[in-house]
Amino acid sequence: MVDLSPIWLTIQLAGTTTFFLLLLGTPLAWWLANTKSKFRPVIEALTALPIVLPPTVIGFYFLVLLSPNSTIGRFWVDITGETLTFSFTGLVIASMFYSLPFMVQPLQTAFQAIGRAPMEAAASLRASPINAFFTVVVPMAKRGFLTAIVLSFTHTVGEFGVVLMVGGNIPGKTKVISIAIYEHVETLRYAEAHQLAGGLMLFSFIVLLAVYTLNRRDAVHVG
Amino acid sequence: MSVKTLRLRARLPFEDHTIEFNEGISLNGITALFGPSGSGKSTLLRIIAGFEKRGNIRLTYDNAIWTDTNARIFCPPHERPVGMVFQDDRLFSHLSVAGNLAFADKRSPKVNHPITMDQVVKSLDLLNLLNKFPATLSGGEKQRVALGRTLLTQPELLLLDEPLSALDIRRKAELLPFLEKIPREFGVPAIFVSHAIDEVARLADEVILLSPDGHVSAHGPVPAIFDTQEMHEFTGKFEAGTFLQATVIAQDTGFKITTLDFEGEVMRMPMVASLNIGDRIRLRIRARDVAVATSRPEGISIRNAIAAVISEIKAEEETAFAEILFKVGAQTLRARITRQAVDELGLKVGQDAFALIKSVSFDRRVMISALG
Repeated sequence: MVDLSPIWLTIQLAGTTTFFLLLLGTPLAWWLANTKSKFRPVIEALTALPIVLPPTVIGFYFLVLLSPNSTIGRFWVDITGETLTFSFTGLVIASMFYSLPFMVQPLQTAFQAIGRAPMEAAASLRASPINAFFTVVVPMAKRGFLTAIVLSFTHTVGEFGVVLMVGGNIPGKTKVISIAIYEHVETLRYAEAHQLAGGLMLFSFIVLLAVYTLNRRDAVHVG
Repeated sequence: MSVKTLRLRARLPFEDHTIEFNEGISLNGITALFGPSGSGKSTLLRIIAGFEKRGNIRLTYDNAIWTDTNARIFCPPHERPVGMVFQDDRLFSHLSVAGNLAFADKRSPKVNHPITMDQVVKSLDLLNLLNKFPATLSGGEKQRVALGRTLLTQPELLLLDEPLSALDIRRKAELLPFLEKIPREFGVPAIFVSHAIDEVARLADEVILLSPDGHVSAHGPVPAIFDTQEMHEFTGKFEAGTFLQATVIAQDTGFKITTLDFEGEVMRMPMVASLNIGDRIRLRIRARDVAVATSRPEGISIRNAIAAVISEIKAEEETAFAEILFKVGAQTLRARITRQAVDELGLKVGQDAFALIKSVSFDRRVMISALG
């Protein structure tokens, strides 16, 4: 029988990461899509960094940043009594940065395509900016949101280097699917490796197929 | 309802020049902001709506300050009692027509005699569109929905940003009657931005003429402003004309002719079915559509021959043309004919003659406000 805990942990990690990324990435993407600030390119470059950096680099810096020897890591230990490194919370923080571009970029593209015009129309119909955002921009950008959420989730499911550096390999705490596969291969248990690897491949394919099919079907909104 | 005043002082860089505007607009009927592209008329409308706050602006409505860049006062767009209809309809594509209307209705403030969904649907003929989505509507239909949606916000002022400019001639003709009646029917004053002289002539009571460099060159009632030198410079001699007021005296449904009384003279035009006998109406007659005869002509297809006195002859030495001004009662009629014709007919100031009008275009009923 396959050990299901890495699968459950992976879903938890990807779900939590995607949820917090959505909260953080939406305002960030909106700001990037609308700002005239000269800092925009700087923030855009920082956001895109995880695409080009090897995960080990990200993992390494997060290991340093979150360790109990650093200010942040020390602070966390003081208030919770636990370390951020080699913990689920630490993994979520590192994963959020690792998957940030996959949340922000589709949203930014969607917001830019929508432009300011619908917001102005909504304001002219007495909707406050926040209200206009949720009732006009969000529904109009729903494909952008779907893409961003699915890509962030699947990208987090597929991470390996960052998890290994920041989280290590603690069953039930940081041992996600990719780490479990690595361990199976190292210990020459190919049958178990196949089950997880094959399952992950099938899952990723089905999710992407669903997204592309939905996007296609929803192309024209006709009553 | 008392007439409120919108006072706007704005100075802001625009393209390669500076917009300078300092006018009080009495909100009564339709005021047109009229000028060539680049004169900043849409920008002024966006300032009023609250979408533009660059430059030095002070905008007040009645006693309320909406924008004051010096005092750092800014009333956000959604809190201003204005409704804007944009050049592009800006309907929400994820909502049906009914959904678009409900969006505005839900958010409208409580007022004593609200404009209701039923009124809007009926007036703008939206019943058959309610279940459709914006993507399936024609340009004119979209603008009707946009107009209805805006009315449901219970606006105290309508801002119309070239709502006709994105439409072809046929759609324009479909939408014009709606734009014409809506502000009056619902008692909402409007500021209307346009660069098309025929739209301004037909819709507006007052006009603010903007020069290409962003200054106000004239401001006043439409008939008066259309007769000014500034207007002629802008529209060119070809479009120059005059506004006349006349009274409907008969409707001939057989020949489809409306007969008018114009200062005691009879004038005929193709029938406008919506008119009633006794209506005071405004006509626009272009100078190039008026010919001159020294005696009443016979055997001629032109039906309108008005006995008049020549009050002025303006020869344009650099062109072939001259302008003849006629006095008919208290009103003025303008004809544009060749200088050669003036010479050969021996036309003189003070002479009795006949103005032959080839084409009469009906502008609209004269409103009490326009009579001033």
